[in-house]
Amino acid sequence: MAQCYINGIGSVSTQDTSNYKAFLKNHQELKENIVHVHKPNYRDYIKPASIRRMANGVKNGVVASAIALKEAAIETPEAIITGTGMGCTIDSGKFLKNIVDNNEQYLTPTAFIQSTHNTVGGQIALGLQCKAYNVTYVHNATSFETALIDALLMINDNQTTILVGGVDEIGDYSVSLHQLVGLVKEQDTMSNGILQSNSKGTIYGEGAQFFALENKKKDTAYAELVDVSIHDSIQDNEVQTRLLTFLKNHELKATDLDLVILGNNGDEEYDKHYNKLQNSIFKDTQQIYYKHLSGEYHTASSFGLWMAAQICKTQKIPEFLKLNTKKVTAIKHLLLYNQYRGENHSFTLLRSC
Amino acid sequence: MSKGVAVTGMGIISSIGNNIEENYQSLISKKQGISKIKKIQTIHKDVIKVGEINYTNKELITLLELPKTNNYSRTALLGEFAAKEAVKNANITNINKYKTGLISATSVGGMDKTEKYYYSQFEETKNRKYIASHDAGDASKKIAKSLGITDFVSTISTACSSSANAIMLGARMIKAGKIDRVIVGGSDCLSKFTINGFKTLMILSETDCKPFDENRTGLNLGEAAAFLVLESDEVVKKENKKVLAYVSGYANANDAYHQTASSENGEGATLAMQKALRVAKIKPTEIDYVNAHGTATPNNDHSESRAILNVFGAKVPDFSSTKAYTGHTLAAAAAIEAVYSILAIQHKVLFPNLNFETPIADTALVPKTEVTKKEIQHVLSNSFGFGGNCSTLIFSKT
Repeated sequence: MAQCYINGIGSVSTQDTSNYKAFLKNHQELKENIVHVHKPNYRDYIKPASIRRMANGVKNGVVASAIALKEAAIETPEAIITGTGMGCTIDSGKFLKNIVDNNEQYLTPTAFIQSTHNTVGGQIALGLQCKAYNVTYVHNATSFETALIDALLMINDNQTTILVGGVDEIGDYSVSLHQLVGLVKEQDTMSNGILQSNSKGTIYGEGAQFFALENKKKDTAYAELVDVSIHDSIQDNEVQTRLLTFLKNHELKATDLDLVILGNNGDEEYDKHYNKLQNSIFKDTQQIYYKHLSGEYHTASSFGLWMAAQICKTQKIPEFLKLNTKKVTAIKHLLLYNQYRGENHSFTLLRSC
Repeated sequence: MSKGVAVTGMGIISSIGNNIEENYQSLISKKQGISKIKKIQTIHKDVIKVGEINYTNKELITLLELPKTNNYSRTALLGEFAAKEAVKNANITNINKYKTGLISATSVGGMDKTEKYYYSQFEETKNRKYIASHDAGDASKKIAKSLGITDFVSTISTACSSSANAIMLGARMIKAGKIDRVIVGGSDCLSKFTINGFKTLMILSETDCKPFDENRTGLNLGEAAAFLVLESDEVVKKENKKVLAYVSGYANANDAYHQTASSENGEGATLAMQKALRVAKIKPTEIDYVNAHGTATPNNDHSESRAILNVFGAKVPDFSSTKAYTGHTLAAAAAIEAVYSILAIQHKVLFPNLNFETPIADTALVPKTEVTKKEIQHVLSNSFGFGGNCSTLIFSKT
């Protein structure tokens, strides 16, 4: 097995994640039920004409990928792999509304052109003039994890530099539908934070996190990405057995983990999946969460990985992420566990390097 | 030559047939499936022609034995129908005897329902069930559940090359020993969204499309679903499986030229074909048949012709586009053409490029226009999409 190192990371999120110091200083627990990104200075990364044309998700993806590549000093990667649960929902919503409102007349192609799910990956390739492998995964809350699995396959197949990321954007129409069916929390349940909201649904966010993965460790390295596993529709009681098998494949037990990064999003109906592990196999392990900062979206777990990579590198766990308090001396093995509404379970294993 | 990954089953539904046999019969009897649109109310119904599948949603629901309360998009219905045929065709009775995954592809997902109930779902509760079936991943989830696949399930969307990338990922996962068996393919239904999208790009033909013809006027959209069953050598051996063909080569490259248009010189397509040949460890001269992307848009066919010339030089193999039979079925196109490529190998026959009359002036390539008997060892199949995506698959005889 070839080693896979995270040598560069970039994030555009609901927090100021332009750099880690700024994030530690300025972080804020989200208090709204729908939260947009903290806008970076797009002009630093994208030509003004393109800024006007690109929807938020595309812009955020381009910026996050540029930051990650720059940090790892990569000009052109050998693959660009993107995960997005909802794709370009702003432009597809715009085109759809025009079709319906104008009875299929007076349409222009602009929104349609930008509406395909692979627009982010395509635009990154176009910007970098990168003619390499380029794929987009769109499987709900495991979109980003499938992208990671593909990247690991590539590294094991002798590729050296992979750009991989997760990106989703808030589209007004799709959010209004999700509100209609109770997927978004009511604003008034949020005042004490998502975990104390005692309500169904979650808090909607958006963002883009990209990672420069390489088969060689650079000075900028954050962590080693060891393995990723996805489980789409397993029974509740199978989560733990799948997890233990996943760890066993790497000769690890649950107690060998130094830190677990959990996807708790405050949905009282589904956080039980995390709670069950928190109170059993993880009860003596330091646990943290992050969706009170990032919001929930299909690729929010990429924010979790961004967080985990920073913690791995600094070997410090910020207090505002902690779900419990355990003494941690060295952080060597980190595990991310995420699921959405009882489906799309994923495990991601990191090792400090 | 690399042996590749075994294909042990196939399933398909398209405008030229509801299963493998019907598709094959249509292909060899030059029976195309392009007609006026019937199932979607669109103001363009009199000016466009499409490859529409005969079954109504209601009929598919009955055939799949789904409850009345189901929230299936047409993409999911077609996908499940074809995937079930593939699993049956591979003689799989116990899906979880081996570590099995599903990788599907789509571009429209559940857009057919979203556009239909765009406003009404706010007023009436009964159609809100389709909100959950809008996402691209929904059809894959449903197909996986119906087949009993619980763990590795994913969805790819790279526009019109989507299912080529699904087949590629599946083959790579088997090669890497990550999985024993994987059902790979794609599904896309017709929708007002795509009809109007391609209409605004002015690349919809008002007549039967004419791939690779100098006077081609654009594409016919179509709907379809197709899946292949890929199995590891170990499973093939243990189960004494009949291998239909091997996925021996695959590659994906990006044109990095324009969000929707292909480059003049077909650079991305050239790279994809060359890389796939390298993976298959064969020379261009060993390709016996090219199933081209050939959408019949002025841009694609010209760019692809250039790419074919770049790769094959003076020795261009027999080639054809089957888009005039089925229409361009977007994310499903590579999967149905994978089925056609394997049928070509099995039956030793090339399928014609319908409606062709005049070669494109500056490339002068002439596709096969008649059903032609021929021994076929290797087929190369192209699929290209928005976002510069260019994918090539190579299928080889067992």
